[in-house]
Amino acid sequence: MNDRRVVITGIGAFSPLGMNADEMWEGLVAGRCGIDTIKAFDPVGFTCKIAGEVGEYNIRKHVPKYHRKATKLMSRDIELSVIAANEAVADAGLVTKATDPDNVTIDPARFAINIGAGLISCDLVELSPSVAASITDGNFDIGKWGTAGLEALTPLWLLKYLPNMLACHVGIIHDIQGPSNSITCGESGAYLAIGEAAQIIDRGSADVALAGGCEAKVNPIVMIRQCLLKRVTSASNDDPKTACRPFDADAKGSVFGEGAGMVVLETLDGALDRGAEIYAEVTGFGGSNSLNAAYEHLEPDGKGVRIAIEQALAEAGIEPGDLDLVIPCGSGIPQDDAAEATAIADALGSAVESIPVWPIKSMTSHTGAAAGAIEVIAAVMAMQKGTIPAAINCENKADGCKLNIISESVNKPVRYVLCCGYSFGGQTAALVLKNFEGQVNG
Amino acid sequence: MAERVVITGLGLVCPMGHDVETVWQGMLTGKDGFATTTIFDASTFPSKFGAEVKDYDISRHTKNPGLHAYANRGSSFVVGAGAEACRQARIDVETDSPGDGIDRRRMGIYLGAGEGSVDNDVFFDALAKAWDNDKQEMDWSVWADVAFGGMHPLKELEQEPNLPAGHLALLTGARGHTRSCLTACAASTQAVGEAVMIIRRGQAAVMLAGGAHSMIHPLGVTGFNRLTALSTRNDSPHTASRPFSASRDGFVLGEGAAIVVLVSLASAKKRGVEILAEIIGFGSSSDAFRVTDMHDEARGAVQAINAALADAQVTYKDIDYISTHGTSTGENDSIETLAIKTVFGDHAKKVPASSAKSMFGHLIGATGCAELITCVLAIRDNILPPTKNLHDADPELDLDYVPNEPRKAKVDIAMSESFGFGGQNNVLIIKRYD
Repeated sequence: MNDRRVVITGIGAFSPLGMNADEMWEGLVAGRCGIDTIKAFDPVGFTCKIAGEVGEYNIRKHVPKYHRKATKLMSRDIELSVIAANEAVADAGLVTKATDPDNVTIDPARFAINIGAGLISCDLVELSPSVAASITDGNFDIGKWGTAGLEALTPLWLLKYLPNMLACHVGIIHDIQGPSNSITCGESGAYLAIGEAAQIIDRGSADVALAGGCEAKVNPIVMIRQCLLKRVTSASNDDPKTACRPFDADAKGSVFGEGAGMVVLETLDGALDRGAEIYAEVTGFGGSNSLNAAYEHLEPDGKGVRIAIEQALAEAGIEPGDLDLVIPCGSGIPQDDAAEATAIADALGSAVESIPVWPIKSMTSHTGAAAGAIEVIAAVMAMQKGTIPAAINCENKADGCKLNIISESVNKPVRYVLCCGYSFGGQTAALVLKNFEGQVNG
Repeated sequence: MAERVVITGLGLVCPMGHDVETVWQGMLTGKDGFATTTIFDASTFPSKFGAEVKDYDISRHTKNPGLHAYANRGSSFVVGAGAEACRQARIDVETDSPGDGIDRRRMGIYLGAGEGSVDNDVFFDALAKAWDNDKQEMDWSVWADVAFGGMHPLKELEQEPNLPAGHLALLTGARGHTRSCLTACAASTQAVGEAVMIIRRGQAAVMLAGGAHSMIHPLGVTGFNRLTALSTRNDSPHTASRPFSASRDGFVLGEGAAIVVLVSLASAKKRGVEILAEIIGFGSSSDAFRVTDMHDEARGAVQAINAALADAQVTYKDIDYISTHGTSTGENDSIETLAIKTVFGDHAKKVPASSAKSMFGHLIGATGCAELITCVLAIRDNILPPTKNLHDADPELDLDYVPNEPRKAKVDIAMSESFGFGGQNNVLIIKRYD
């Protein structure tokens, strides 16, 4: 069994708080909220009309010439992943086929990719002409669809919507020929992808990996699903900045959004050899299930989250009191926040009262499969800066919540961070990251 | 020393039956799973037939069908396959106090599972009503009205690809490491492979691994038909899937769920459970070539096969049988043959390599694990399942594809290959356990 230490040497984040990780960090420090009225489509008729959307971009500028024709096969999820991946690769100082094909610094066969991806919803406007060609007496006619409707769709239509296509495009751009996986565990996908990628490196199946998560949730299908499941707040359409209130007594639901977060993972030895700046070490990884007959919510005691946290702490070989920061899922859905808070409190024991807890979805929105990666990147930056910014929108903690939600920013060394999350539908995840500064032998 | 990983349970719901033995006996007696599509009206589609799971009744597999009432087809099938696999592996299901001696925190799940169908009636109705074709514009308020009126919250949730794993967790009470991946047609091979790694690492003692998927719905068939990936041999569904033949014209879309129970050798011995085979090798790679095509020199497939052989610490000469990806598409069967020849060299023609998809179709995310199960049975019974419908050999494809009839042969080590759209290549190697 290999026992290779795995470190993070590059980060890339494309979020409602900015085009890159630095802009996101500035937003988090300033307590800025990236949530606003939906622009992607007219949300009239939707109970929740707000979301976290990323700024404008021109995808062709982010894609090397040899892959530019393929931009027409990119759904928005794929585009966001390409942009964040480029940033992470550049930030790590890696030279790939995309950046300089003559001076590539990495063996493509030893390069892995692992992306947490969501269910990519079809573009309804793209489908509609086909539907329009399939109407009989004002109603949809499957018989016509099978001929005229189907033929009106572009031949490669399906390829835009396969969740593995994020890794496929990013992999072609950067020439990644090692193991490629696409974790489709909803909102916990990015944590699981990063955890698995670290283990792929640890076991020797690759030396470097791009890992993270990406999802573009701001489209009518995903948004109506959140509305129907009553996960979203409909109380703050006129006041988007205060809408998402994790662990707050006035929380009314989550606010969803879009984004992408990618990190570069590699062996400690490899990073030291090439003189890379090392941000953090991945030291603990846990995963479990929430078992709840009403599986659209966490089980009330959050046991599946607790087990994941306990596994991650045990693998990291630390006690709860060693943690300097917890970044929870904190969706802003009152009953799920209550369950998660219970899980964290049960896992951390008496240490829960003192460890700062920093929920960030109040600012970034809930970016689904991207959320875990964005939170890992926030953790890495907190370590780098020695700062834990203040949470927003949690003025009065919900009844029974024992978490120490951080209300004032603190400057202090951040050595160990716990990040945790859960999907709607069951899977839970937790990661422990360790600040690397001066810890070669640590 | 890493834990050795063995298989102690098999479960299969597929177009040829709802349990492993029925499917296997069918494969050995010339049966297949192909018929005219009935799930929706496909009578005007380019492909009007498929490989559907027929007459499946979830209440025969669970005491608690209400818990799975809104399950999509894949999730529903995984309950049946999971229950069967657990029964064989002597794992208690649907109980708060299992008596099987397995700590639920040490029991995880890893599926290669697919999304569920959209709720077709309301989905298309909303578009039909809200789209103004003259203006080429959507009236979102009309769309929202129809959608809010017709969509059911849980039916929407059930479209998410992580739900089959959720249903399997509810069935078994698994609380260990759980993941679900969707690397297209290679997903459940990848899931089993990564699950093996979780046990080797010591992070779980038991993993329920496999896949579940159904894309037999209007948008799924539309997508594959537009890609011209499906056979359109509508006049002869039973002979449409003809991997490695000169006249192959695409795969036949199937659906199903396949589960293997993986356990550490130590745990299997401790519990005294029958060991069906050992998983000795896993290799994974990606093509990084084109969105639409496999690497033209089979680079990624070769890398995955070599990685699996290296992981298993065997050479190509040790492989007694290959369960191919064998989709019956022009490209896959040629590139896969090239990959085998590249790795096996002159020895390639001596290794029987057949395609189960000639009988049960292409189960997409679930297919890799279903085929792995046939490898376990080939070892158990020393019989090679055939490639059906192989009457006109492609002159370029000259391996021993075990044409048309099953064959008795000693099988100790078998390899199962899966290659997914987008270039993910995954290969598993299993071995007789003695």
